[in-house]
Amino acid sequence: MSNDRETLRVALFATCLIDALFPDAGRATVQLLERLGQRVEFPLEQTCCGQMHANSGYFEVELVGRYVDVFSRYDAVVVPSASCAASIHHQHPMIARAAGDEALAVRAESVGSKTYELSQFLIDVLGTDDVGAYFPHRVTYHPTCHSVRLLGVGDRPLRLLRNVRGIDLVELPRWDECCGFGGTFAIKNPDTSAAMLADKMDAVIDTGAEVLCAGDRSCLMHIGGGLERIRAGVRTLHLVEILASTEDEYRPDRAPARSQPGAAPARSQRGAAPAATEEPPG
Amino acid sequence: MSSGETIWTDDPPFPANAKRAVNNAQLRRNIRKATTTIRERRANLVGEMPDWQELRTSGAAIKDEVLRNLDRYLEQFEAAATGRGAQVHWARDADEANSIVASLVAATGETEVIKVKSMATQEIGLVRALAERGIAAYETDLAELIIQLGHDRPSHIVVPAIHKNRAEIREIFLKEMNDAPADLSDDPQALAEAARQHLRRKFFEAKVAISGANFAIAETGSLLVAESEGNGRMCLTLPDTLISVVGIEKLLPTFRDLEVFLQLLPRSSTGERMNPYNSVWTGVTPGDGPQNVHVILLDNGRTNVLRDEVGRQALRCIRCAACLNVCPVYERTGGHAYGATYPGPIGAVLTPQLVGVEHASELPFASSLCGYCYEVCPVKIDIPTVLVKLRHDAVRTGRHPVEGALFGAAGAAMKGRRRWTRALRLAPLMRFARRGGPPPLSRWTSVRNLPEPPDQSFRDWWVRQHESAREVIRERKRQ
Amino acid sequence: MSARDEILARVREAIAPASPSDRQVPRDYRTRTEDGIDRFIERLHHYQARTQRIAAGRLEKGVRATLADRGVHRVLAPDGIPDGWLKNLERLTDTPPLDPPALDGVDGVITTCALAIAQTGTIILDGSAGMGRRALSLVPDYHLCVVRADQIVGSVPEAIAKLDATRPLTFISGPSATVDIEMVRVGGVHGPRRLEVIIAE
Repeated sequence: MSNDRETLRVALFATCLIDALFPDAGRATVQLLERLGQRVEFPLEQTCCGQMHANSGYFEVELVGRYVDVFSRYDAVVVPSASCAASIHHQHPMIARAAGDEALAVRAESVGSKTYELSQFLIDVLGTDDVGAYFPHRVTYHPTCHSVRLLGVGDRPLRLLRNVRGIDLVELPRWDECCGFGGTFAIKNPDTSAAMLADKMDAVIDTGAEVLCAGDRSCLMHIGGGLERIRAGVRTLHLVEILASTEDEYRPDRAPARSQPGAAPARSQRGAAPAATEEPPG
Repeated sequence: MSSGETIWTDDPPFPANAKRAVNNAQLRRNIRKATTTIRERRANLVGEMPDWQELRTSGAAIKDEVLRNLDRYLEQFEAAATGRGAQVHWARDADEANSIVASLVAATGETEVIKVKSMATQEIGLVRALAERGIAAYETDLAELIIQLGHDRPSHIVVPAIHKNRAEIREIFLKEMNDAPADLSDDPQALAEAARQHLRRKFFEAKVAISGANFAIAETGSLLVAESEGNGRMCLTLPDTLISVVGIEKLLPTFRDLEVFLQLLPRSSTGERMNPYNSVWTGVTPGDGPQNVHVILLDNGRTNVLRDEVGRQALRCIRCAACLNVCPVYERTGGHAYGATYPGPIGAVLTPQLVGVEHASELPFASSLCGYCYEVCPVKIDIPTVLVKLRHDAVRTGRHPVEGALFGAAGAAMKGRRRWTRALRLAPLMRFARRGGPPPLSRWTSVRNLPEPPDQSFRDWWVRQHESAREVIRERKRQ
Repeated sequence: MSARDEILARVREAIAPASPSDRQVPRDYRTRTEDGIDRFIERLHHYQARTQRIAAGRLEKGVRATLADRGVHRVLAPDGIPDGWLKNLERLTDTPPLDPPALDGVDGVITTCALAIAQTGTIILDGSAGMGRRALSLVPDYHLCVVRADQIVGSVPEAIAKLDATRPLTFISGPSATVDIEMVRVGGVHGPRRLEVIIAE
């Protein structure tokens, strides 16, 4: 890894969902990036990109402004969510313009251009598609709609997964079909969403995989919630949780999920302490 | 103003309609089978075109050029078509268009007309309007015939009877087609043959035909109709009088522009390199085809769409229905659930703009925003972005105060670090509603569990790690 | 205000904020391809049309034999079709114009064409000599079209460039067909159910 990359000032935008409900994915992101030699900062003023609001028709220009203020000082922002990354790229300038704030739109475009979805950051910025991971399980990968169609991550996540040691990666049938999450779509059109979910679960179960992974915890919350309800015995993990897994540290496959109180902090003990965050901006 | 049948006002809103459709297993099988077939065929044919993206870019640019200068192209078309012997009429809305057609038919003294499939005439509810004035209009496209005989409504832009399988179509023919053979089988070939026999005499006797147009050429005043069966050619060539209802957005600047659209349209719509028949006519040709040629240029809400800088791209649409065929929502609900002439993703962006978002406020939400529609659209309509824009317009009509308050509260919590940190500490409460809860939560938990909440948020973990790291550093310094 | 004036006024009001521009339409797609006779034939076969390649010198004999083989004895032939092609067959002409039942009563129609497109397997009729008015190639159940090899262009753009827009044009790609039942393509609805193309080389 070159010196240039080491001197990059990299921030993690964890997303509101991971911050609130899926901290494992956030911890895995920190661990993976540090293993690859990156010093990661987590500015505490961050909250939410506003995607859920925007996709429901509520344009929260203040959240756009907040994202821009918090992250404009960094060289790169890593987002372990294709959906949020796509919203930051495409929706932030639009929301700013809808509010008549052209200056913010221009700043949002600038911050958006250095905001990277995780697999894009690993491959395009760090230049690696082998992160030294080990995960001896049968895994299937669901390419989320926003990762493929809005963000265009292409086969980056699969390239990363193929290089994981011990993995038995199986293709998901009808992988190009939406899982039916769609944010508030799942609430506003519950019957249609449930029908799409049922088909996606059938496809997942057909693969015989132990683990379903994806680059968006939101879609996984929907599919995983359905799989748990029907007791399918398939677990969901964020892509980064597999990539962070190595032979001698961090084994989400071995960890008893969240059934043991206090287990999560224990298994995230690592050699390196997280980088001290300087005074949070904003 | 009347928008005719742009929306079916007797229908419940999308979510309720969709619920009924999703629970109809036969319907879902029919639609899934048909859309899967056409999706694969389209993908193969698009795959063999190395310049597909360049064609899409040109198609979008040509349509944008038309929209930016629509007044000029409309006048140019009118002058060219009139110069070649056509009579050009203008209709502000559905009622006006229907009245013009009815009076033109009345002037011929005829009480029966034959029809080519046309979305514009669907949209204005022409067949019903003519029936109210004592004029019988016979649909001649096979699928439209199935719909008309079955007292049904179209559910797809290109194949309106896609919700019916062969067995159901056979039943309709046996019940409603007076000259159907008693031993009619459900073989599509036999069904097509029955339609041929049924319509042949009508084609030969009709004096008036009504069509739409896929494209109108401003430069030459020409119209083009693309079709497969030959019913279109029958209507366009055998009668004495031809009346074409054409949306004002159907224009192309030049004849040359067809070189783009005749490549984009057949591959996108029916998954063919070229559909069996395209007919191009320009006004009246002495000794060939109808000698009374009328063109009705229809607004019916299109100028509303044109006014919206984000939404106007929906007027690029060439009605290929590729977006319907790939849409995961359409595949589960079928077209009727949309309660409108234009179903599917394009309908969800076009319909609310044509009639005003307050009259179709559920349609922009009838999508998971998966983006497949945008990927296949031959004229690059960014349907997801237009949907989001229309959702924004819809919530501003103030029809969902409770939802608005919830989003407002969430937004407020996200606008400050302390508030957000405190809000996240409420997450463990979710533990009590993982498998059930009051509405609207129950719409989630009816089929899926909520996640097991973590013991601490990511940020709380980070802060703790961060603090312990500082302690380590301080410790080292002390040593 | 007339409907015309009102619609034009609405349009002008709607597009007013956008400055009228001379933005050029990009045309980076292929304007010609190398597709030739073989591709043309392949496509026609895909549509279930029959084809033959016949040397120009043997065309008369070939056309006659084809019609006889297909059982087409009463042949509708527009002005411009050489008599030699129809020797020993009953030639019907369209002067005075035949009504639809009469057109329906012939065994078949023979025409030439204005152009053909190899890539899409399309023949294009423009109503000039040898083709007649549009109904002639529509109502009879069998259509034999004679295409000169030099009339075949590769792609759609090459064809559009050569056509006269103001003539009545019919693009024909295979026999009449439909996909209206379960999206399955079946041949034979209202147009000719049998299409045959002779390529004269």
